[in-house]
Amino acid sequence: MMLVQAKTDALTARSGALTVSGSGWLGAARRDAVARLAAMGLPTKRDEYWRYTDPASLTAATPTPAALFDAGDEAPAFDGIDAVKLVFVDGVFDPAQSDDPALAGVEITHLSQAEGVDIHWARDVYGVLETRGQTPVQRPLATLNTAYATQGFLIRATAKAAKPVSFLYQNRSTTSDALLHHCIKLEHGAELTLLESGPAAARITAVMEVEVADGARFHHIRSQGRDHERRAATHVFSRVGAGALFKSFTLTANGCLTRNEQIVELVGNDGVAHVAGAAVGDGIFHHDDTVFMTHEGQRCESRQVFKKVLMNGAVGVFQGKILVKQGAQKTDGYQISQSLLLDGDSQFLAKPELEIYADDVKCSHGSTSGAIDDTALFYLQSRGVPKRMAQSLLVLAFLAEAIGEIEDEAIAEDIRSRLEGWLQRHEH
Amino acid sequence: MLNIKNLHVKLEEEDKVILNGVDLSIGAGEVHAIMGPNGSGKSTLSYVLAGREGYTVTDGSALLEGEELLELEPEARAAAGLFLAFQYPVEIPGVGNMTFLRTAVNAQRKARGEEELSAGEFLKIVRAKAKTLQIDADMLKRPVNVGFSGGEKKRNEILQMAMLEPKMCILDETDSGLDVDAMKLVAEGVNALRDAGRSFLVITHYQRLLDHIKPDFVHIMAAGRIIKSGGPELALEVENNGYADLLAEAE
Ligand SMILES: Nc1ncnc2c1ncn2[C@@H]1O[C@H](COP(=O)(O)OP(=O)(O)OP(=O)(O)O)[C@@H](O)[C@H]1O
Ligand SMILES: [Mg+2]
Repeated sequence: MMLVQAKTDALTARSGALTVSGSGWLGAARRDAVARLAAMGLPTKRDEYWRYTDPASLTAATPTPAALFDAGDEAPAFDGIDAVKLVFVDGVFDPAQSDDPALAGVEITHLSQAEGVDIHWARDVYGVLETRGQTPVQRPLATLNTAYATQGFLIRATAKAAKPVSFLYQNRSTTSDALLHHCIKLEHGAELTLLESGPAAARITAVMEVEVADGARFHHIRSQGRDHERRAATHVFSRVGAGALFKSFTLTANGCLTRNEQIVELVGNDGVAHVAGAAVGDGIFHHDDTVFMTHEGQRCESRQVFKKVLMNGAVGVFQGKILVKQGAQKTDGYQISQSLLLDGDSQFLAKPELEIYADDVKCSHGSTSGAIDDTALFYLQSRGVPKRMAQSLLVLAFLAEAIGEIEDEAIAEDIRSRLEGWLQRHEH
Repeated sequence: MLNIKNLHVKLEEEDKVILNGVDLSIGAGEVHAIMGPNGSGKSTLSYVLAGREGYTVTDGSALLEGEELLELEPEARAAAGLFLAFQYPVEIPGVGNMTFLRTAVNAQRKARGEEELSAGEFLKIVRAKAKTLQIDADMLKRPVNVGFSGGEKKRNEILQMAMLEPKMCILDETDSGLDVDAMKLVAEGVNALRDAGRSFLVITHYQRLLDHIKPDFVHIMAAGRIIKSGGPELALEVENNGYADLLAEAE
């Protein structure tokens, strides 16, 4: 099939300054990605999958410069959480600012250290989950990342980790363009919490591939940076084994463009996968959650809980799919996407989809858009709660179901206080 | 305590007049009752006093201890000592009843320049007050009014009143939907709060409640005005004869 010229042009422009590097298994995986990418090109706004979000600034040759953001006296996300901290500056790992990557039961290796190794566990993950995630819908930005990313970590957990691993993405340049690729593998029975926070760069294209073996448990909590002008395209590809658990929560406050893709495959029986997000945007803010949840195993449970609070012309997008394959009996799938529009200028576009090929399943999905409940607001005020505080309470109540997906109470509280701070700063 | 003079109110969005010159004066420590046919404007009067949006005051005033209520935000009216027990208490999914109570109590204390209650102090007080109203721990934990029965919602209103210790309490049909025992409980809750510095305005359709909460004065409201005022015997008259004679008399 002839590729649309615009897609090829976009790829040529975007990859012009990028070079494929590396030898061994990693070099091979990258070169394979280059070939796959050539057959795909990069998305344009005419692609059905990019109908609500214009990818132009994500595929442009260079990033749109983004002003740096001063968070004032707000503590960095997860500051109070004891973790192995690994710091990236403008998308490049900075060992000087980082902890020693040592954690019992967990191997942490930088991508650059893995390429010389002949046989590495990550060979079965790097680009592999991403490739699987290309059907039935293509995600070329992820393939671009597989081809050209040289920054990222390979993390393998063989036991229950005593504390989380935390990636901190600092941004110091207004024109930084980051490509980050992480691979995570949890062996049978292992448990790990991964934290991610910070803006990373003016533009970031990220991929995380997560293999959760039978009976393992993975928790991912992310707080995307507050820089107003940053742009992000992130992808999390996960494969969840029998009796395993995968949970991912994302807080997005600010950022002019964010596209977060979650591609989850429940391949074993009795697996659990929950993906959730709370996004708050004021003004120039376009936030897109795109989720593809595939049920293959039996008796698996999946939940998608996405909430967005939008004001002053902010735009929220949700594209969420539950695909229940033949034989995935007793599937329990749940999906909710809701927006709270704090004024008439903001908008929410939702495309929930169900595709079911098994007969004994329970799937529900719902999508709503609404304003703050004036009656509830008056009720709170009539009890003496100042209007701003009453509004914050109601907004947090709206977001509660998403935040409730975070299992660790200290981390949930950190997220909650960040949202409270944001609501206090943004008059509505 | 509360002085309402010549209060005229219309709907903000339509040219519909609802209150047509209400005059009402409530002294400190007094209990007044308002009765009147459906749609006569009783709830509207209570909403306008509490500061609900959607109404326009076209004339008149309402002073709480000399301070003009009608110019204040709803939260400032509450901090000044006004409390409205809603005819239809509002459900707030996602906000725990306890959080709601504590936020309200502390917001009012703060507005009055008092120190906020610690979590421990607050818990002790709320538990004791909830117990006398037979509100169990589960109801305190659940989201505000969500899934509460009609009677539970009304008891929850009285709990809020007991926690906030307002000076001027307006009870809008707090007796409707209550069974006999619950009505007694609520009345006891109210009576426990009666003192020389606190006044009540009780809106009701039934004399029954007034057997428990003995009013000093009873007013009849019709078509947005108080058409007659008297003592407790006026409530008995309504109970026995309905409003027809009173309305005819007022014509
Ligand atoms: N927001 C509103 N929009 C339209 N009509 C309203 C509104 N508020 C009040 N009204 C009208 O004003 C009139 C008075 O209503 P209100 O609720 O004050 O009566 P009430 O005396 O409390 O009645 P009830 O005894 O049934 O509780 C009614 O005709 C009602 O329909
Ligand atoms: Mg009424």
